[in-house]
Amino acid sequence: MAKTYEEINQRIRKGEAVVLTAEEMTELVKSEGVKSAAGKVDVVTTGTFGPMCSSGAFLNFGHSDPPIRMSKAWLNDVPVCADIAAVDVFVGATAVSEGEGARYGGAHVIQDLIDGKWIKLRATGPGTDCYPLKEIETWVNKDTINQAFLFNPRNAYQNYACATNSSQSALYTYMGVLLPAYGNATYCSAGQLSPLLNDPLYRTIGVGTRVFLGGAAGFVAWPGTQHKPSVERTEQGVPRGPAGTLALIGDLKEMDSRFIRAARFHRYGVSLYVGVGIPIPVLDEEMAAFTGVSDYDIETQVFDYSKPTRAREPVRSVSYAELRSGRITIGEKKVHTAPISSYKVARLIAETLKGWISEGRFQVSAPVGRLPLEGGLNVLDQREEGV
Amino acid sequence: MAKRRLVLTFPPEVVERPVVSLMIKEFDVVTNILRAEVHEGEIGRMMVELEGEGRKLKDGVRYLEEQGVEVEEAIKDIVLDELSCISCGACTAVCLPGALKVEAPDWELVLDKDRCILCGLCVDACPLQLITVMF
Repeated sequence: MAKTYEEINQRIRKGEAVVLTAEEMTELVKSEGVKSAAGKVDVVTTGTFGPMCSSGAFLNFGHSDPPIRMSKAWLNDVPVCADIAAVDVFVGATAVSEGEGARYGGAHVIQDLIDGKWIKLRATGPGTDCYPLKEIETWVNKDTINQAFLFNPRNAYQNYACATNSSQSALYTYMGVLLPAYGNATYCSAGQLSPLLNDPLYRTIGVGTRVFLGGAAGFVAWPGTQHKPSVERTEQGVPRGPAGTLALIGDLKEMDSRFIRAARFHRYGVSLYVGVGIPIPVLDEEMAAFTGVSDYDIETQVFDYSKPTRAREPVRSVSYAELRSGRITIGEKKVHTAPISSYKVARLIAETLKGWISEGRFQVSAPVGRLPLEGGLNVLDQREEGV
Repeated sequence: MAKRRLVLTFPPEVVERPVVSLMIKEFDVVTNILRAEVHEGEIGRMMVELEGEGRKLKDGVRYLEEQGVEVEEAIKDIVLDELSCISCGACTAVCLPGALKVEAPDWELVLDKDRCILCGLCVDACPLQLITVMF
């Protein structure tokens, strides 16, 4: 029998909701079938914790006396975008320190802010009649500033490629170190635990969905950048490669650096591990079937990263169950596989969210806007002129 | 056959002489160089695994000492900051001996120091810079 969001929320408020993690749901659907699972379970919690470069934070510092209209600003020597009003900035996760380079970047600024550390702010402005100050150097932390929220343009990729390297030298990539001659293959998805793989056609996850972001409650703000729903899918609707993405928003001040961590990939640059968890209401049998997805049902494509071109063809397709076994075959060769995203923390996020919902602290929400189910991506051509 | 894992320190004046090659030739010791930092005119350090017939191995090591090489038993010192580790698994991608693993059911990073050959590849592979290898 179908349930409504409100019926599920009533059960959550009464502390009666049956909440399972996506892993537990997979087991239940396997043992009892979709129909029984749909009747028993109200909410399935998902989780993922991987490097998500397309992340950043908006901050408002409050006004100095005399005031300044910042046009350039640095936090701990990391340049931030100050071209928004007077004292608003956006800290991009992948920005790097002007003094230290990639050893410290925007992601580190974000983590240090979350951890309550003092950050050195330097800013310059043109000096205007209403904002006469031209330069400021001071210290801030998350309690001295006004709003501080993450606004991540692209998080929680619905599936992602698996990377390998056929060349004769090691490659240093955002997918980690790829050893020469198919020395390894890395992958970066929580698979059966991953939010959008448990709601492959975006029935319950949409604009306005309340989510777990970096240890705090946040929201889906918009379809993420590079959201590409029109891809090859399995019969169950699960994309066979990178597809949907989410733009997420959440309060930095409430976050916990167990679930959001600065990272640096050697000879690539700075990134941010972002923890995302999304509750999926089991409205009916279709949602029970979706959330019952297992790593055996989810496939991705292996790509040779030594060919840095858009046009590269996949080497083979592979299931997450095979990837998680630690070994896949490419041609005749047995290739060692390794994850780049943390399944341990993904599981902890799903468990944490399950706890919040079971205690009645977190309810599910119907999307106020749907994510597009169709659409591909444009490419960037190198044109001689704009005609 | 006996096996020893040693750290060899070469004073600058010894760095220029091929003492390891001579030891290999003279004493029939199989030598696997695990790590080396050797530059002309500076103190050089090398971690080696030596394998040979008991007596020859002993004589070979004594020969190195006679040549001015300082010989110490290698203490395995790969250090992982476990408290800060997020168990992402990126380091396991480059760990060919399988000393670093994340596996079912816990998916928690485990370091088996006995399997580590101190190659140092994981140092660069860790996106949180939590692994140090020193010798």
